[in-house]
Amino acid sequence: MGFIKQLLNGLQLGSIYALIAIGYTMVYGIVQLINFAHGDIIMVGGYICIMLIPILAQFGIPAWISVFGAVVLCAILGVLIEIVAYKPLRNSPRMSALITAIGVSLFLENLFMLLFSPDPRNVPQMFNVTMPSIGGFNLSFPTLITIIVSVLIMIGLQVFIKKTKIGKAMRAVSEDTDTARLMGVNVNATISITFAIGSGLAAVATVLYASAYPQIDPLMGSFIGIKAFIAAVLGGIGLIPGAMVGGIVLGVAESLAKAYISSQLADAVVYGILIIVLLVKPSGILGKNRSEKV
Amino acid sequence: MKKNLLVLTALVLALSLLAGCASGAASKGTDTNANNSANTSKAISQVMVGILAPLTGNVAIYGTAAKNGAVLAFDEINKNGGINGVQIKYDVLDEKGDATEAVNAYNKLVSEKMDVLLGDVTSKPTIAVADKAATDRMPMVTATATAPDVTTYGDNIFRACFIDPFQGKVMATFASDNLKAKKVAIVYNVSDDYSSGAAASFKSTAESKGMQVVAYEGYGNDDKDFKTQLTKVQQSGADALFVPDYYNRVALIGAQARSVGFDKPLLGTDGWDGVLKVLDKDGAKALDNCYFSNHYFSKDTDQKVVKFNEAYQAKYNEAANSFAALGYDAAYIIANAIKTAGTTDKEAVIKALKSTSYDGVTGTIKYGNNGDPIKNVTVIKILNDDYVLETKVSA
Amino acid sequence: MDKNKLFKIGKPASYIINVAAILLVWLIMQSLISGGLINSYYQGILLVIGINIILATSLNLAVGFLGEMALGHAGFMSVGAYSAALLAKNAAALGFGGLPKTSLFFISLIFGGLVASIFGILVGIPALRLHGDYLAIITLGFGEIIRVIIENMKITGGARGLNRIPKLATPNTVYIVTVVTVIILYMIIRSRHGRAIMSVRDDEIAAESLGIPSTYFKVLAFAISAFFAGVAGGIYAQYIGILGAKVFDYNKSIEILVTVVLGGMGSFTGSILAAIFLTILPEALREFASYRMVLYSAALVIIMIFKPTGLLGTYEFSLTRLIEKIVNSVKHNKDNGTQSKKETDRK
Repeated sequence: MGFIKQLLNGLQLGSIYALIAIGYTMVYGIVQLINFAHGDIIMVGGYICIMLIPILAQFGIPAWISVFGAVVLCAILGVLIEIVAYKPLRNSPRMSALITAIGVSLFLENLFMLLFSPDPRNVPQMFNVTMPSIGGFNLSFPTLITIIVSVLIMIGLQVFIKKTKIGKAMRAVSEDTDTARLMGVNVNATISITFAIGSGLAAVATVLYASAYPQIDPLMGSFIGIKAFIAAVLGGIGLIPGAMVGGIVLGVAESLAKAYISSQLADAVVYGILIIVLLVKPSGILGKNRSEKV
Repeated sequence: MKKNLLVLTALVLALSLLAGCASGAASKGTDTNANNSANTSKAISQVMVGILAPLTGNVAIYGTAAKNGAVLAFDEINKNGGINGVQIKYDVLDEKGDATEAVNAYNKLVSEKMDVLLGDVTSKPTIAVADKAATDRMPMVTATATAPDVTTYGDNIFRACFIDPFQGKVMATFASDNLKAKKVAIVYNVSDDYSSGAAASFKSTAESKGMQVVAYEGYGNDDKDFKTQLTKVQQSGADALFVPDYYNRVALIGAQARSVGFDKPLLGTDGWDGVLKVLDKDGAKALDNCYFSNHYFSKDTDQKVVKFNEAYQAKYNEAANSFAALGYDAAYIIANAIKTAGTTDKEAVIKALKSTSYDGVTGTIKYGNNGDPIKNVTVIKILNDDYVLETKVSA
Repeated sequence: MDKNKLFKIGKPASYIINVAAILLVWLIMQSLISGGLINSYYQGILLVIGINIILATSLNLAVGFLGEMALGHAGFMSVGAYSAALLAKNAAALGFGGLPKTSLFFISLIFGGLVASIFGILVGIPALRLHGDYLAIITLGFGEIIRVIIENMKITGGARGLNRIPKLATPNTVYIVTVVTVIILYMIIRSRHGRAIMSVRDDEIAAESLGIPSTYFKVLAFAISAFFAGVAGGIYAQYIGILGAKVFDYNKSIEILVTVVLGGMGSFTGSILAAIFLTILPEALREFASYRMVLYSAALVIIMIFKPTGLLGTYEFSLTRLIEKIVNSVKHNKDNGTQSKKETDRK
């Protein structure tokens, strides 16, 4: 009884990690860059939502519709960051690009702290749905919708990457940028599209995140970003199903560690699992067929 | 390589010799300082107060409020003619909530000829600064640092707030006497000395009052999900849950506690002040019938409180909280002490601070054997998206 | 013909020049302090600069010269800080009470460094099987584990941290430690071991095939890097006088990495300059309070875009080379001068 409850808690946390990890893994797959700013795009998405929701409310439109505005604006922001900060560094050492990503992340955090003050803001309820509890177990609606959305996005992205022309271009660029360019793939446009999709997904994650944890602040992105990145590595970075698996495994492991080992030492246990997985299988849980990355 | 090592050893020896000479020179420097401070009993010609607070970084919310309160007070004093006609100058420095930056900023204020320090805000940087200030004999009043150690560094260090263990004690007594709780649970922030300090004292008081502590769970500083710990609390059958933390996390913990089916009251500390600001009407329901200890009651009909709230609202266009009130009181404590001393000489100001008797927004402040004030604790109840005065506990 | 020969400084002379320069800098600093021109505010900043130089140069050994991205430097720093602090605090109980403060300071730093390097070896042996971003994440993980454990131990004071650590760090002693650290690191890089470390960075397989045990040199570089991180932590503890594990989180590791990359990976000169610059910049921008972090991060991005290899790349400053250059150019000018004079005379 208690165990199943804790499992459900872990599932909810994990589904959020998974959703954010998908954005990380996409960008990493194509440009081999830990996009530290990804977590902060989620934060920006949150502020866009809380500004849109009151406007929508005036017309009686439900709050979650704000996701569409957030997706568009975040996608634009993602592309903008890519063009301004990452593109000039494409042929530089990997570490310089990483530092730039950290710089962008710090910049967004501090800019929003200046604009909106460091105070946390309350996010209005996204979904007005109460779930019936079945036999004492209560799977909350945010959890359910997060898992459904994550699975749909995962399948959608797989199909997009396998079947569409742009998807094929993305795979080609991630395999070999120079050859792809010789074959007539517009590398810059492809990378920009990847950032647009990744950042758009971050906005989707924002809405689901805020429905579970209805509070945003300028610094929320950095921590959730690190955890989600770990989830991506755990599942096998570059693999979209890997992000899903990694996220769920991380969430459940965290929850069970808190419940049955020690809530004080939970973080150490989580990182310990990460280290063991990486040492035993450095390419992550699903990281076998390396050719499938994007 | 061997030749290199030889050169290196020679260099180390040479430098350590020089280091010996230099320490002699340094001690000479302190002598002249002592001479300077001997020139006492000069009339006040100028007053310079250094304000140290985190204005950026993740504790900026508290720093900004405390600074705003202090600045409001100094501007008010200056408008009313300053101290014996002398306008108070103040310089606000940001320290990002970091101990190293705080010490740097403190040194900078000292080099700007600061007479009294108002700050710091959070406990760790405050202790680092207090250690420095004790050596310099710099009069120092912190508005909000509640860690017990702060005032133990020297008799020149004072604070406007009560201390963490005291709050834990008050709330445990409240749970036992007023709520008649038999079993209590605690959920606290492992990385935070404020939270873990209050949790520890709540635990020991609860045990000495004959209550059973059925859950003692921690969480990390950046956690947003507390359901696992709260599920354990819910299953332990606790009558009350003590959550000593700041309001942003309390808002999340409250909602998540209700979502895992825990419907007993939550108890908290002064960090809860402002929790309703980050909750909407639906969210606030989660905290109905919850209690927390605080420095003052913002809706108090006391004239001083009303006046302070109005002035704060007018100046900053937002409602004051207890951090702001403490900043305001700390500023008045300093101004009064300088006025009493009639000089900005450090020892005289310290002496005047010791004899402080100030009736402020957060209650009457008097100092006992050390720089910790003897003052009342206000217990506030949350009901229908509002704060209600529950009781005042005297120290 | 002799005139055209380039001026060159021999090895012993170059040592003497460098030692003299180090002593000269020290003397200038000393006279400025006793003259009151460097007040306690600037002394504090000098100390922090020293700590940051040690952190940056030691991380550069792992990042720049070994070529592995490590994000756990703050973890090693915290281990060193706590070990040194505990030794200094309990000096009397351990029988060191009678020692002069300066010696106690140095002993505590070496102890802190040794404990940190043990952790470096323990972390390095498993972690260094991985590369690149995986290594970054695994070192970050180890750093966080160290932090969580410190937060939950009794001896380290838990979340309350350690208080009342003797404040033994002075500008003088820190100057000595900083200089010695940089010299040792520089000597390691110039030695056979250093060349082996760099060969592993440039091509691990080729290095292995030449009989260089790559794992040994990786762990060695990692352990040395951790040692000096521990030393820096020890200074930090004995400067601030209070420790809390929260300070040493991944943000701190990232901060040190930023310093290294900004200065140039593979350049100690760069690390030193970047450490100085990044310590002074936020101080200078303090007046702008809430704007400074925005400016700081924007500057970071801009510098990376326009100079992606860092400010100095792999350039190392050498005093002897500079003197040689100046002397030679003066000589050259003189020669040219006399030559042109002759030419005009002829006309």
